[in-house]
Amino acid sequence: MAMFIRQEDCISCYACEKECPTKAISHDEESMFEIDPRLCTECEGFYEEPQCVAICPIDGCIVRLEGTGYECVK
Amino acid sequence: MSGCNAKKCGVGTDELSPLPDHIKEKIHDHPCYSQEAHHFYARMHVAVAPACNIQCNYCNRKYDCANESRPGVVSELLTPEEAAKKVLAVAMEIPQMTVVGIAGPGDPLANPERTFRTFELIKEKAPDIKLCLSTNGLKLTEYIEKIKELDVDHVTITINAISPQVASKIYPWVFFNHRRYKGLEASKILLEKQYEGLKACVENGILVKVNTVFIPEVNGEEMEELSRKVRGMGAFLHNIMPYVEGDGTAYQRMGIKPPTPSQLKEVQEKCEGHMSLMRHCRQCRADAVGLLGEDRGQEFTKDKIAKLEINYNPEFRKSIHEEIEKEREKLRKARELLSVPLREDKGISVLVAVASKGNMLVNEHFGTAHEFLIYEVSSKGCKFIHHRKVTPYCHGSISCIEGGEVLEEIISKLSDCKAVLAAKIGFEPRDVLEPRGIQCVDEFAYLPIEEALVKYYEKYVLKNETVEV
Repeated sequence: MAMFIRQEDCISCYACEKECPTKAISHDEESMFEIDPRLCTECEGFYEEPQCVAICPIDGCIVRLEGTGYECVK
Repeated sequence: MSGCNAKKCGVGTDELSPLPDHIKEKIHDHPCYSQEAHHFYARMHVAVAPACNIQCNYCNRKYDCANESRPGVVSELLTPEEAAKKVLAVAMEIPQMTVVGIAGPGDPLANPERTFRTFELIKEKAPDIKLCLSTNGLKLTEYIEKIKELDVDHVTITINAISPQVASKIYPWVFFNHRRYKGLEASKILLEKQYEGLKACVENGILVKVNTVFIPEVNGEEMEELSRKVRGMGAFLHNIMPYVEGDGTAYQRMGIKPPTPSQLKEVQEKCEGHMSLMRHCRQCRADAVGLLGEDRGQEFTKDKIAKLEINYNPEFRKSIHEEIEKEREKLRKARELLSVPLREDKGISVLVAVASKGNMLVNEHFGTAHEFLIYEVSSKGCKFIHHRKVTPYCHGSISCIEGGEVLEEIISKLSDCKAVLAAKIGFEPRDVLEPRGIQCVDEFAYLPIEEALVKYYEKYVLKNETVEV
């Protein structure tokens, strides 16, 4: 289980990166953000809801990785 | 009856007369807080704070924060180091810049490390520059000590409602204590934190202003009470700004309408009471640079700044500020001479549009004006009402292909004005404006605005002369 950032919707506001309790979120030099599925726990054991989703200003930008077609990169 | 008398004029520092002296002194050269200063001094915003912790229905984060920026253009995000360098570059290039604010594009206090690091760097390298912060207030009490420690000069809190019911129509959610709250619960938390933050600023001696986005059908009913409340709590200014429709916002989808100029004027008049109300706010972008009516941000982009070698010279800046103060003193004296009572009082009050590019003079051409300053002029004097933005009639090209269309837009914006005062008005716009009942007057070119207005009023309103071309 992990969350996933749809980069085409991301506005690079850095909000999610700061809230992530497992430091699963990082960005490159172009401010493209991604979540490391090996580190992401969907905040289980930390908070009631995934913090990245809770603070993301764009609805539907951060979703469950399952079903996106990107699971294979795991 | 007096002329354009200091107390009534609302143009000078005098609109600040209800304020205590120590506050007046603090904002004397602050373009955003002193109406007179905004004709002379410039400000800049540095876009170092991208994250936000609330959602507003009038804001679309795919662009910038509508609170402090015009939507539609994305700003370059700066690191604190880049921001500090930009500040020093602008300080030397535009020495009349006295104030640096952090206003977004998100919320400064949702990005505390970046925001405070930027302030530290500026304070270290250019201690003469004033620091400001504009926030939604959710995290204000948490950082009040840090704000105090860094000598942040002024804090602005955007408060849009009194009741959670009204607030819930503005804020769909609030991120607080690791949870996304919605509806009334979210609004209760936000309002509580905003008013606590206001109180904390006042208690800690931090100058605090309140901004309110006026959305007639949403918070219109609460405006007067809100204004009384924030002033009662100690905000030194209340700034009622019109909601500006932004592309892709929830309000655009809901069909919420921005206020008309007359609705705005009416609500500002109702709220004015005995205290200062800000009327000259330009709702700047989170990366604006220059005098309030202008934005020179494009001259100071990241790549341009990176190449610059900067020698910060506070002495040079000081000498420029002294020149400005001499100029202000001269205008103040000229204003005193205007307080001679007008001979006649026919009880006529008119709105007049003025084209100015700074220094409180009628010094902008009609064709190049990006905005007009609207004044109400009567035998009692002249009073600044607000500014209205327009597309300049001339874009620098000799033949203005879309000139006619642009002119129609300008006419619609100025339709309630009796005249336009500018440094120069060409034949083409004159031929269109005059028959539509807007007098075109450029004979008072380069005079101080108030003097020009009084002269115009005496000659064309009281004596009813017609404009000769």
